[in-house]
Amino acid sequence: MLAMNYRGPFRVRAAHKPYPEILHPGDAIVRVTRSCICGSDLHLYHGLVPDTRVGMTFGHEFIGVVEEIGSSVQKLAVGDNVIVPFNVACGTCAFCKQGLFGNCHESNSQATAVGGIFGYSHTAGGYDGGQAEFVRVPYADVGPTIIPDWMDHDDAVLLTDVVPTGYQAAEMGGIKMGDTVVIFGAGPVGIMAAKCAWLFGAGRVIVIDHLEYRLDFVRNYAQCEAYNFKSMDDPVLFLKKTTDWFGADVCIDAVGGDASGSALQTITGKKLLLQAGSATALHWAINSVKKGGIVSIVGVYGPTDNLVPIGNVVNKGITIRANQASVKRLLPRLIDHIQAGRLNPKEIITHRVPLEEVADAYHIFSAKLDNCIKPILIPPSARK
Amino acid sequence: MESTPNEYAHINGWGVDADPTNEPTHPIKNYTGDDHQRLNWERPPLQAVTVEVLKSNERPNLTAVFGTSSPPSGLSGIIRRYAFKSSESEYGHWLPLLLADRINVVEGIVDDLRQGHIPNIFAEKGWKADWKYNREGLVKNLLVGVVVTTAVIALLSRKKKKSIR
Ligand SMILES: [Zn+2]
Ligand SMILES: [Zn+2]
Repeated sequence: MLAMNYRGPFRVRAAHKPYPEILHPGDAIVRVTRSCICGSDLHLYHGLVPDTRVGMTFGHEFIGVVEEIGSSVQKLAVGDNVIVPFNVACGTCAFCKQGLFGNCHESNSQATAVGGIFGYSHTAGGYDGGQAEFVRVPYADVGPTIIPDWMDHDDAVLLTDVVPTGYQAAEMGGIKMGDTVVIFGAGPVGIMAAKCAWLFGAGRVIVIDHLEYRLDFVRNYAQCEAYNFKSMDDPVLFLKKTTDWFGADVCIDAVGGDASGSALQTITGKKLLLQAGSATALHWAINSVKKGGIVSIVGVYGPTDNLVPIGNVVNKGITIRANQASVKRLLPRLIDHIQAGRLNPKEIITHRVPLEEVADAYHIFSAKLDNCIKPILIPPSARK
Repeated sequence: MESTPNEYAHINGWGVDADPTNEPTHPIKNYTGDDHQRLNWERPPLQAVTVEVLKSNERPNLTAVFGTSSPPSGLSGIIRRYAFKSSESEYGHWLPLLLADRINVVEGIVDDLRQGHIPNIFAEKGWKADWKYNREGLVKNLLVGVVVTTAVIALLSRKKKKSIR
């Protein structure tokens, strides 16, 4: 079968790989019909995540058709169309029982801080991902959710990560009616967080980014204010001023370790890898939230130490809430929102690329060429 | 400043998920009262270990399910095994892994060559897309590359001449 194959920083190709096998009675094999490249794949692509091994297949955002099931799988049948959440979760451990499907204790032998994630380095479990024709899906009775007949599959594929992560970012912000919410990053997750902030009753939604085409996009798509930090001397000062010198009620970091905007953070975080990526967005979020405010983090950081203004967290009495999205917990609600027309995720898809051209797709997305917001990959077997 | 729903009438779904109990001090959790039972979940059947799986030293055993992509191999594998002697809170865990990743890249190229495959770096870096959408940048990058390479070669050959003398 054809699959994306990582060869090193900024180098990937589409190559042949053995067809995946059922390795556990709870496994299913899914024939992929669509997969996305995610902003967090870029952290892997840029070589920022430790234990990303040559030969791995990335891709934690995919949907497909069940091709084969293990002996204990009850809820899925061959031929079902499924949304596969990006987290690998057992459904029975103490964390899964709390609805923390992103923190499962039975899906990642290689680390305890993070649960298993498809195609996301060995630090997240060493699973091959869905940027391929077929993929092994463990715990098939837990994560995969059947795609309703009425749902457009372009919407469905965004339910694997982007929509739930954006939604959970807003939810973790504890937004109250009328709150001012600032979102750092106008990538797909930031865009979705801006959209979802309104569902929680935000009174003002502000997005900060450095790429004009993304700012234009989010302004239209999420009916929010959007500003370019490159045109500001100091984004924190700008945000203070525009919030009556008070600070935002809620700040959301939807950027993570690949942030631009600070030379010191870029050098220590992205070039020397001395900290878990550049923490610029988090730094700004902590410093521009009001005292007693809430900072919600969904941006992905690597696992090593970070230079963050922790003193200000203490002095300002900020609550920080952060997690990988628990996709499975949120899916029923999000499916409702899509059916009711309150969310329209597929509108953020700008590029559809054959899996064979995965290297070009990664480069376009990473280098922000051709006004790319969200690329999806279509395997050859899904194009027939 | 009081906000009224009317102001937001143009935003589809405004406020439908507003929840006064969604406080940051209210973790999203089904409290069952039996948290002391936390180790007593029924473990799923265990996946057979068919490849080498490195295990965090912060847990007693392998998880019931694990990935089998790209088991550790070669020099990078030796470094990875070493890294897993330290916990996830140590630089001694993460920095060796990053080093191993870089060595692994070279191993990947050697592997390709051994299998008679010359990697097409130009294609793997997706520069075909640059030719389409960023021609100026690509040409600039290539020119810089040529200049640097020429300079390095010139420098090296000068040194060589000196050492001959
Ligand atoms: Zn993602
Ligand atoms: Zn679990």
